[in-house]
Amino acid sequence: MAKVVAVTGNEACANALRQVNPDVCGIYPITPQTDMMQRFASFIADGKVDTESILVESEHSSMSACIGAAAAGGRVITATSSQGLALMWEMLHIASGDRLPIVMPVVNRALSAPLNIHGDHSDAMGARDTGWIQLWSENGQEAYDNTIQAFRIAEHMDIRLPIMVCLDGFIISHSIERLEYLEDQQVKDFVGPFKNFLPLLDLAKPKSYGPLILTDLYHEYKRAQHEIMTKVKDVVLDVAKDFEKMSGRKYDIFESYRLEDADIAIVILNSAAGTTKDVIDQFREKGIKAGLLKPRLFRPFPYTEIADALKHTRAVCVMDRADSFGGYGPLFMEVSSALYQADTKPLMINKIYGLGGRDYLPSHAAQVLTELNEIAKSGSVKTVKEYLGARE
Amino acid sequence: MAETVEIRWHGRGGQGTVTAAKVLADACLSGGRHVQAFPEYGPERAGAPLRAYNRIASTELRMHCPVLEPDVVAVVDATLLDSINIAEGSKENTIFVINTTKDPKDIRAKLNAGPKQRVVTVDATKIAIDCFGRALPNSPMLGTVCKVTGLVTLEHLLDDVRKSFGKKFSQKIIDGNLEATKRGYEEVKEG
Repeated sequence: MAKVVAVTGNEACANALRQVNPDVCGIYPITPQTDMMQRFASFIADGKVDTESILVESEHSSMSACIGAAAAGGRVITATSSQGLALMWEMLHIASGDRLPIVMPVVNRALSAPLNIHGDHSDAMGARDTGWIQLWSENGQEAYDNTIQAFRIAEHMDIRLPIMVCLDGFIISHSIERLEYLEDQQVKDFVGPFKNFLPLLDLAKPKSYGPLILTDLYHEYKRAQHEIMTKVKDVVLDVAKDFEKMSGRKYDIFESYRLEDADIAIVILNSAAGTTKDVIDQFREKGIKAGLLKPRLFRPFPYTEIADALKHTRAVCVMDRADSFGGYGPLFMEVSSALYQADTKPLMINKIYGLGGRDYLPSHAAQVLTELNEIAKSGSVKTVKEYLGARE
Repeated sequence: MAETVEIRWHGRGGQGTVTAAKVLADACLSGGRHVQAFPEYGPERAGAPLRAYNRIASTELRMHCPVLEPDVVAVVDATLLDSINIAEGSKENTIFVINTTKDPKDIRAKLNAGPKQRVVTVDATKIAIDCFGRALPNSPMLGTVCKVTGLVTLEHLLDDVRKSFGKKFSQKIIDGNLEATKRGYEEVKEG
């Protein structure tokens, strides 16, 4: 039976990690690390898990320790946030290039300078091209469920890639919400025992990871990495199907909300999607056909499916809680790339919102929907990219 | 009870305001309700003004932003009445719960409260000092909020206070807080 609790997103993810009981965990316990790893360290100290923790001197070392442990043949986790993820950057590529199925919740927070550790997607967007799979989560329940599913996706024998589970800093990570925990045994059965693949500790078959590869084959190696990514979507869907059977909670590669007959739509990640859904309901009551699309799988990005889901609309706003200065927001770039290939496409705008933890309010969603409605009527876009709610 | 009850807490760092919001969320979990409890994070300093929020609803809570139009405003430190606008965004029928020694009629006048707005006071700091010797008014404030909102029964709230405080404190402190919560529930004045 599911247990109903009121917990923070961090508590929920830490509990999911406890239920999985991984072999090794790299921990760097200083801000911007959150209390997720602190809670997990308590589970280790209290004997609730058999995990061996490696306390390290930086996040770079934390990922390095995870890489070593995963290559040795263990089920490995860590968690990070903000500058911590930024400092891991070099090692993130090694984890994916070596095909190591490390699971890492990322509490999305801003990057310095100026110093700020509030909710913001700049950290995970900066890791977009590192070869990791990324799942994004609207609330504590999704963060918990995604963490459990992440093991099955990363460790799938056709995939063997590291995975990030993204959740909004403070808004979800430090806020208490009602959610349902699965039973420990259910999680254990769902995730299953860790299957090894070419472990370093198999001394009878010596091997090496990440050796020098020259101009003759590096190009093909990278193509192989891309090929694996193309298989991830189906695995994510299969795992979601099994998860739904167990929990009753349905997951897809993205969520569509009142989108099927929508004239205008907002595309938005994580916690702000919830606030937007409430405002969409208000617009629907006024007779305005508004809808929402919330990506769950951001890497690999499901271009065709997202284009199919949006191509019938007349105007779309893609909202980014991160910026690529001098470019468009990272989510906007993906969605416009997706729609460029479609036979029909909506007019599109990009709003940068909520950087550094700035509140995203219902009035912001209403402002965007009102603008979209005007764009749909007039058929023209004035400004493609704007900062939403910026003080002058 | 309305479908969603939104509460905004005003306190100062170190008074247990955030804990109060957490305990209330936990207590309201019964009956299949959805809950949220979250503080406004800033530089965390003892004595600095802070806000915390609760949402309690019979349906899924999707809104993830601060409470802008509170049904209940709970002020854990009366000195805040002079420094910030605690009535910001209040509705026609908002309930104000104030920890103060003053008469509720005086507070009503100070807040310029409307005819349908309720103004409720409790001397939570004195209750806390009487019950466990420290000026930590959160547990009696919880009792008062519980009384005026009817969100949970007193017995249920006491169970949750026992659980939440039991993790951190000695039996003497727990008993003191239970007594304080009960007195907060009982010693409500309205004007």
